[in-house]
Amino acid sequence: MNKDRSMLLQKEMIARHFDRLEAAPQTGEKVVYTFVPGNLTELIRSFGALPLLPEINALQSGMRGKSRAYIAEAEKAGHSADVCTYVKADIGMMMSGNIGPTGTRLPPPDLLLLSYTGCYTFMKWFELLREQYDCPTVFLQVPYQGDGSLLPEHREYIVRQLREDVIPALERVTGRPYDEDKLREMLALSAKAEDDLVAVLHAAKQRPSPIDSYFGGVYYIGPIFSAFRGTPEGVEYYEALREEVEQRLADGEGPETPSGRLDDQQFRLVVEGPPNWTSFNEFWQMFSDEGAVVVASTYTKVGGTYDFGFRHDPSDPLGTLADYCGGCYTNHNLPGRIDMLVQYVKEYQADGFLINSVKSCNSFSAGQLMILREVEKRTGIPGGFIESDLVDPRYFSAANIKNRLESYFQMLRERRRAGVGAAGPVQQGSTP
Amino acid sequence: MMSPRQRRSAIVAWARDLYEDLDFLSVRRWLDAEPGRHAAGILPVYVPREIVHAAGMLPVGIHGGGSMEIIRGDAFYQSYICHLPRSVVELGQSGRLDAFSAMLFPSTCDVIRNLSGMWKLLRPSVYVRYVDLPQVNVAERAMDFWQGELAHLGRDLAAITGVELDEARLWASIRLYDRSRALVEQLYQARREQPWRVPSEELYVLLRAGEVVPVEEWNERAEEYLEVSAEDPGRVRDNARVVLVGAFCEQPPLGLIKTIERAGCTIVDDDLLIGNRLIRGPVDDGQEQDPLRAMARALLSRSRRTSILYEPDPTGKRRLVPELVKESGADGVIFAAPSFCDPALLDRPMLRAGAEAAGLPCIAFEYAENTGQFQQFREQAGTFSDGIKLWIAPTGEEGRT
Repeated sequence: MNKDRSMLLQKEMIARHFDRLEAAPQTGEKVVYTFVPGNLTELIRSFGALPLLPEINALQSGMRGKSRAYIAEAEKAGHSADVCTYVKADIGMMMSGNIGPTGTRLPPPDLLLLSYTGCYTFMKWFELLREQYDCPTVFLQVPYQGDGSLLPEHREYIVRQLREDVIPALERVTGRPYDEDKLREMLALSAKAEDDLVAVLHAAKQRPSPIDSYFGGVYYIGPIFSAFRGTPEGVEYYEALREEVEQRLADGEGPETPSGRLDDQQFRLVVEGPPNWTSFNEFWQMFSDEGAVVVASTYTKVGGTYDFGFRHDPSDPLGTLADYCGGCYTNHNLPGRIDMLVQYVKEYQADGFLINSVKSCNSFSAGQLMILREVEKRTGIPGGFIESDLVDPRYFSAANIKNRLESYFQMLRERRRAGVGAAGPVQQGSTP
Repeated sequence: MMSPRQRRSAIVAWARDLYEDLDFLSVRRWLDAEPGRHAAGILPVYVPREIVHAAGMLPVGIHGGGSMEIIRGDAFYQSYICHLPRSVVELGQSGRLDAFSAMLFPSTCDVIRNLSGMWKLLRPSVYVRYVDLPQVNVAERAMDFWQGELAHLGRDLAAITGVELDEARLWASIRLYDRSRALVEQLYQARREQPWRVPSEELYVLLRAGEVVPVEEWNERAEEYLEVSAEDPGRVRDNARVVLVGAFCEQPPLGLIKTIERAGCTIVDDDLLIGNRLIRGPVDDGQEQDPLRAMARALLSRSRRTSILYEPDPTGKRRLVPELVKESGADGVIFAAPSFCDPALLDRPMLRAGAEAAGLPCIAFEYAENTGQFQQFREQAGTFSDGIKLWIAPTGEEGRT
């Protein structure tokens, strides 16, 4: 598959970051383990510390074919077959020498920052990791949006924890005082990168879509969901990405896919749920071979729902971090998630809506069958449902998934032929 | 005049009827007895019943459908999600929960969390609230948060019932539940000391009755049970003493509890229905003037350690089971978790490592609320019991107490 310039740029950024992480025990840079949803990258980096995200390591292990052995290692040690495979891949990696996705040794954490946002398993994950590391843990509870919004008292609760728990913990670990001016500067950089990311995501409203918002989207969100939000490198990456996408838009080109450049787009899809990582390209190709492009996805919002308007606000540094944490996708209640999906289907003029339900993530998966029915009911477009897993290859059945997808696309074709609820043949260069 | 044995049988029969009542007929009768009454359904594991009671509602534990046939509920969940939510949906979709004015979903796990959103869509006319338990390990901060959550919940429920939720009402409810918690403690203590006096099967159905009847009524029944069981303690049995760990949310079938005990393992402590005793000791301990603050302080300072709450002590998970075993004088541990239960199964490696490091014999299995075949459990528990009696605690239960 041809690589975009932005992909190469990202690869270099990530490699440099992992080199710094590997050298941290020698350079004295402090390392903070934390999670993608509700990550406090700007705050961590304002103290000169480096974030390390276990989910990213786990998914990278999946993409690089290492997760099977790591999961087996964890299960041998007594971890259940029925729990999150990210956790088991991470623990298995740690038990196997803690060699990270780029082949470098990962440093032990100086702080476990448990940002408890949108996923119960996060709490157990760090309780488990904590047993292996001699370092403090600081807990940030981000209340769930059970009633559909982050209540003012919940926002204040998060701010208070940031001020009274998280910042003092970072001060103790790094030996540096909290520098709010520096944090503001970084938040301004975040907002700039977020503008560019949203422009990229919105480009999928055009026909042909110059991006794939799911399989390509996971690359686009990489820097902003991990270590680079609030950094000049992050800003540079998103400027380059936006430029690249806008050029494709101007040229009427589709995105690069495992089947080549996808200019002839037969189906525009909205996808809910994380991808499978162990057969990522094979999975993607099942879509691209059929001319299907994903125009919007929810997984790419687990680290922030920027396309619904949120931007980090330097004028209210801790308040904006609270808003950010509260607004991550899996911290929204089910009706809120359905509203988002319905909006995507309509705004992006999707032909279909597909759920990839992963076995090991109850935060995403519990309730998805109801999401399917509600979105179908409210949009009139048919939904498809496939099942796989995050990083356990035992639960990716290529033949079954391909079979289901082919049937689904066949059904979309028949509907289009019959003139039922179809967006019509896709014309290049047109806008919805 | 009934004998103690007859009185015990009558209480157990009453409790068993309530346990088996999947139509919530007792709740409907209570609601129909006076106009304007309301009931609130509560999912496992913990929502403080005091608030619901003080707001003028009957708090009712919703513990799934047991072995009920699931028709509609399965259409809502993939095969890899635990059984409890599908039977709760079944109860809802079959109209059995129509009488409830409110449904409360505590932050037990992501499945119950997401079910709260599903319920909003399935029952738009019902008050639905996700109850986010305090998790931070700084007590004052967590207390402020939890006090605010309690106030919010109380206000909302009182708006439905029209009750004026004042401090006097709250204190009155707190004292009733303090009494209830004390009775549960006494029952557990009695079982620890004389397991033959309080067989787990009886204790369990009695506690399940407490999930659905008014607290005032349950307190009377529990007092009577303690009284009659002391008068007629039953026959001493020579069984291995075990702690049951991991069954705090989706409940095992009663048959499984009976099977474990009949196979030679007397349960002397467990985390079944742990919400009814999550707080140790009385909420009203004279430290706080404000009842909501008292509730918040009690939870944050005196809650039992469980998978649904963050464990701030890095050694806490490994210490938990050895401490439970020591407190209860048990010989071994049975890890019994519902299939696909994130809280129990993610905790298990830590808990088991702690138990094994302390040299405690352990076995583990998984169940579902509708498990119908118990042979494998009987064999496993029987072998476990034999092993303990032969090699570890050969003096027998009577000799050890």
